[in-house]
Amino acid sequence: MKPESRAFKTSATQALTNEPLRKALGGIKHGFVANRAKARANLPEFEQLRDEAKAVKDHTLAHLDLYLEEFEAKVSQAGGHVHWAPNAEDARTVIEKICREANAKTVTKGKTMIGEEIAINEHLASAGITPVETDLGEYLIQIRNEPPSHIIAPAIHLTKAQVEADFRRIHKDLPKDRVLEEPGQLVAEARQVLRDRFLSADVGITGANLLIAETGTSVIVTNEGNGDLTQCLPRIHIVIASIEKTVPTLEDANTILRVLARSATGQEFSTYTTYSTGPKRAGDPDGPEEYHVVLLDNGRTEMLGSEFHDMLRCIRCGACMNHCPVYGAVGGHAYGWVYPGPMGAVLAPSLIGIDEAGHLPNASTFCGRCEAVCPMRIPLPKMMRHWREREYEKGNTPPRYKLGLKLWAFVAKRPRLYQALTGLAMPLLARLGKRSGRFRTLPLAAGWTHHRDLPAPQGKTFQQLWREREARP
Amino acid sequence: MTNEKASGAKPSVGLFVTCLVDTIRPSVGFAAIKLLEEAGCTVEVPRAQTCCGQPAYNSGDKADARTLALNTIAALESYDYVVAPSGSCAGMLKHHYPELLSGDPNTESRARAFAEKVHELVSFLVDIRGMKSVEAKYAGRVTYHDSCAGLRELSIKDQPRKLLVSVQGLNLEEMEEAEICCGFGGTFCIKYPDISNAIVEKKTANIAASKTDCLLAGDLGCLMNMAGKLSREGREMEVRHVAEVLAGMTDGPAIGANGGDK
Amino acid sequence: MSGPRARQSILDAVRGALNVKGDDTARKHTVQKRLKSPRANLVPERAKATGNARLKLFTEMLEGQSARVSRAKSVGDIPEIVTAYLRENNLPAELRTGSDELLGHIPWDKAPTLTRHFGRGQGGDAVTMSRARAAAAETGTLFLTSGEENPTTLNFLPDTHIAVIRAKDILGSYEDAWNALRKIYGARTLPRTVNLVSGPSRTADIEQIIIMGAHGPRRLHVIIVG
Repeated sequence: MKPESRAFKTSATQALTNEPLRKALGGIKHGFVANRAKARANLPEFEQLRDEAKAVKDHTLAHLDLYLEEFEAKVSQAGGHVHWAPNAEDARTVIEKICREANAKTVTKGKTMIGEEIAINEHLASAGITPVETDLGEYLIQIRNEPPSHIIAPAIHLTKAQVEADFRRIHKDLPKDRVLEEPGQLVAEARQVLRDRFLSADVGITGANLLIAETGTSVIVTNEGNGDLTQCLPRIHIVIASIEKTVPTLEDANTILRVLARSATGQEFSTYTTYSTGPKRAGDPDGPEEYHVVLLDNGRTEMLGSEFHDMLRCIRCGACMNHCPVYGAVGGHAYGWVYPGPMGAVLAPSLIGIDEAGHLPNASTFCGRCEAVCPMRIPLPKMMRHWREREYEKGNTPPRYKLGLKLWAFVAKRPRLYQALTGLAMPLLARLGKRSGRFRTLPLAAGWTHHRDLPAPQGKTFQQLWREREARP
Repeated sequence: MTNEKASGAKPSVGLFVTCLVDTIRPSVGFAAIKLLEEAGCTVEVPRAQTCCGQPAYNSGDKADARTLALNTIAALESYDYVVAPSGSCAGMLKHHYPELLSGDPNTESRARAFAEKVHELVSFLVDIRGMKSVEAKYAGRVTYHDSCAGLRELSIKDQPRKLLVSVQGLNLEEMEEAEICCGFGGTFCIKYPDISNAIVEKKTANIAASKTDCLLAGDLGCLMNMAGKLSREGREMEVRHVAEVLAGMTDGPAIGANGGDK
Repeated sequence: MSGPRARQSILDAVRGALNVKGDDTARKHTVQKRLKSPRANLVPERAKATGNARLKLFTEMLEGQSARVSRAKSVGDIPEIVTAYLRENNLPAELRTGSDELLGHIPWDKAPTLTRHFGRGQGGDAVTMSRARAAAAETGTLFLTSGEENPTTLNFLPDTHIAVIRAKDILGSYEDAWNALRKIYGARTLPRTVNLVSGPSRTADIEQIIIMGAHGPRRLHVIIVG
């Protein structure tokens, strides 16, 4: 999808008055947040596992070239093919080529954020190949032509009334008088409609939560089972994954998986965790005849070894956005691209550029809740700050703020001047605000006073009063 | 760990007043001094301090932030302890100064030595000075907001509560989501005022639902944000810095109130 | 860019970013050692349960995920368990399986009204049965391996999935389960698919309300034998 992150501020303001969205976002604290807390309480080793998961990824990243080579060798050994895609365009090209060579007409898709990142659906559609999203949330937004608003629950912003309206609009062959009020009925209809798509697809595309070098295996994690039907029914299975999804061994995968579901949805383990190695073997009655892994760089090697290196540990659990007060206020669409919330604020500028995504690392209070819950211990606020530093160096800071900051710094670097100026201004402001102790409006403070009162200073500054006290005998 | 003087000598505390306390609410500074003296410390307030440098730091201006950091260190490093009545300023001095001044071995080691001495006020009283109770009286139902930096950078959670429950007449009631950000975020509330407003509205709704009369916290930025929203919404709440209640200095007007409002 | 050039450019970019050389023998040795002799990281205490405590944990985990768990003293009990279950839930008296040896020992003549089918799963399957080669009690997770004995499609296509497992194959941790599979398949080798299944299919994509049977089986019934 074409990024619209430049419009973050206006999109965010609009989102704040979107009642169905506010209601949906209000549910997160009772769902994902409460469940994660329960899962953590239920596993005494949870904190240690976070440290171990971080160590697994740090080790892997430090040896990423070698593990990628091993992964490739094992995939080939199992009869699969590995394709290397330096950027999104390369990935789209190779996926289209595989689909064309297979004479594919429809392609089912398991949920893949990389697929969104490279905009594979639009590309396939324009090549005359129909992509069908099978993850229910992805299907719901596909039929609305919307981007995902959350990396785990892409349709979290929708109400069931909206889904009902969409199903009636799209599933025209079904009886008009059917009842579609309850979520159970909606899910049953989606199951029915998508079952045929699963069975008739020529190619199945999934992402990968993990790529295991030891055995040349891709791992997907779902609760619906759609990823599995996507990859075992069609003749061809394509895995699209960015290079940092690699882990060395099955044991290392265990460690990551122990923190993944618990951090994402609060489940102990996802319903289906599937390990796929190559195409079907001799004697296999089912499974794909061809297995392809497209390894995508698309900016990861730029991040490697840079001040954004730690972001490569991200396992796309979504805990950060579930706990973020900014995401909780505006939802995912306001971020304008594939990756919202704190992880989006750090990752998007790397992938689509800081000019496009500049708002995202700025729209944070640095409350630190994201870092507190990240299973991979990624210092998200620190990296958002790095983006702010880069912007400042480039001169991207809006002139008004830059002037204000420069003035403040100028004065603050000179204690005598600081004390002289504040010693004059504070008693004056205190006199002006004396009646109620606060200002409803104040010149230069409109950003604050538009929404809230500004408490008035008490009078003389502390330094003034302290000097007076010290001067007394 | 710290250069405590030989037994019998009181530890010296350099008070880092913070720019908000200095300019907006000096009474918090005086309350801090009273508490520190009660805890057996001698307190000095070096003149050469201004701002910890967070606005510059969080806006990406490392150069100015470094200058302010070095100025702050120079002003305060000679004391046994450096104490600030603010989790975010103490966090800046303790965690971010060493990072900010890394790269140059001289400044980095100086920042690390300095950071060892830095504490937020209430956690200093409880964790370092072993304070278990205060003599203050305050009749009222009180709720406490956990400011983000203090909570997550400095693990301040139990310490203020421990001292508050010892205040005679005080009834501490926890609000829902006390640990969630109030939406201040320094420059954030100016750059993204609508989002900040949405976040503080959730906070004031939780405050109102706690059915208390008094809101306390350890950070003046948060307190001004919440007090300003509460009064704009017409909600009657007395908002103070926790040090004022612990020091028994609650005669003056609350934040954003006049003398008659109490 | 594609093919060998693309491959080389990515690997070069990785090495450049890490400031390392591809022929650095120390690094290569580290990697080979880790892959040849995989070591477990931290294993939760919970996964170290043994005997009845382990079976209890396994059962509770699955039941907590809305699966049904039954005990059979031997394969001889299975026909009755299955027919009773299907009757109880108003499900068709039919069943599709692969050629798994253990399932082949089930005395189906005890359930003459049950229609049995064989082979890979079909879109309209009502009930299938497969056998799990291993399980990890730590989260009630079955390890189902692909192949003629237990076609993968049997795990995902039906409305109702019955999974049979020997009590002695229920291990404590994922590590134990993978080691059991390593014994079967060899080092650094896996079958086409290993499905780790911890309950029936579900989704919470509509208003965060959990609904069962999104695309995979609505029901999972695990029968522990022995």
